[in-house]
Amino acid sequence: MSITNTDRQIIQALQDGLPLVPAPFAQVAEGLDIDEAALIDRIAALKASGVIRRIAAAPNHYKLGMVANGMTVWDVDDAHIAALGAQIGALPFVTHCYERPRALPDWPYNLFAMVHGASRDEVSEKRAQIAVILGDACQSSDILYSTRILKKTGLRLKERT
Amino acid sequence: MTPLDDTDRRILNHMQDDLPLVANPYAMVAADLNLTEADLLARLSRLKGDRVITRFGPFFDAAAMGGAFCLCALAVPEHDFEPVLIKVNAHPEVAHNYERTHHLNMWFVLATETPEGIGATADAIERETGLKVLRFPKLQEFFIGFRVAA
Repeated sequence: MSITNTDRQIIQALQDGLPLVPAPFAQVAEGLDIDEAALIDRIAALKASGVIRRIAAAPNHYKLGMVANGMTVWDVDDAHIAALGAQIGALPFVTHCYERPRALPDWPYNLFAMVHGASRDEVSEKRAQIAVILGDACQSSDILYSTRILKKTGLRLKERT
Repeated sequence: MTPLDDTDRRILNHMQDDLPLVANPYAMVAADLNLTEADLLARLSRLKGDRVITRFGPFFDAAAMGGAFCLCALAVPEHDFEPVLIKVNAHPEVAHNYERTHHLNMWFVLATETPEGIGATADAIERETGLKVLRFPKLQEFFIGFRVAA
């Protein structure tokens, strides 16, 4: 879908977050010079079309003690990736799971699964569980731990003049 | 940072789910958690201030707006890491960026309003840094759980 100018203004008003006040939509609506009910209706439409996935908290894994954050990557037989990817994505400790293109020769991996834990040992044990599920369909794998958050702002729409 | 108590943890677990779309949503969540609205709002403000919550608000899907996301990676020479980081992060299209343990040591996500924006931004980063930007757009998404137990 393409978004309207009003939607754009709504997204820009919300991209830094929803105000933590008793009537947050009324406050945002006031800034946009529309009424609260109209704003809530537009947000409902943006949710229905998938532009807004949900309104929720983005937790900081590090501050919650999940200090080991591993991006596990796997070279999985293309013929089996749909079925195996679905199984890996359903594991309770996998937070994101995607098929992505390989970048040969630098990068042979086509399945990416994020695993978080309290220690690298814990993440490594979970990686071993994934390896068991993938079995012979996986040629090679690696794990990339994050050592620093360099930026975390989410989507930013450009100002239009 | 104030250590998290059980109430904070209940709030963190609950508020990773979708907020009700009503005029007084925090009052509704507070009732579910057996808290007062004022207590919930005060705790949320503290959790944000302490950066336990990095953001509270809508999660947008750039693709649903006609745009795109793309995971990208760079192999940055150690001695050049900070100057390259400044150039990469200067682009508003860079939504997240992480340092990782690999020769591909900088991994960032581009979020753009048009599909063409991905290539244009990645090309600009290549020109500015002299480094090859490997691009890993998603082909299939198997699950987005996101939630973390606090």
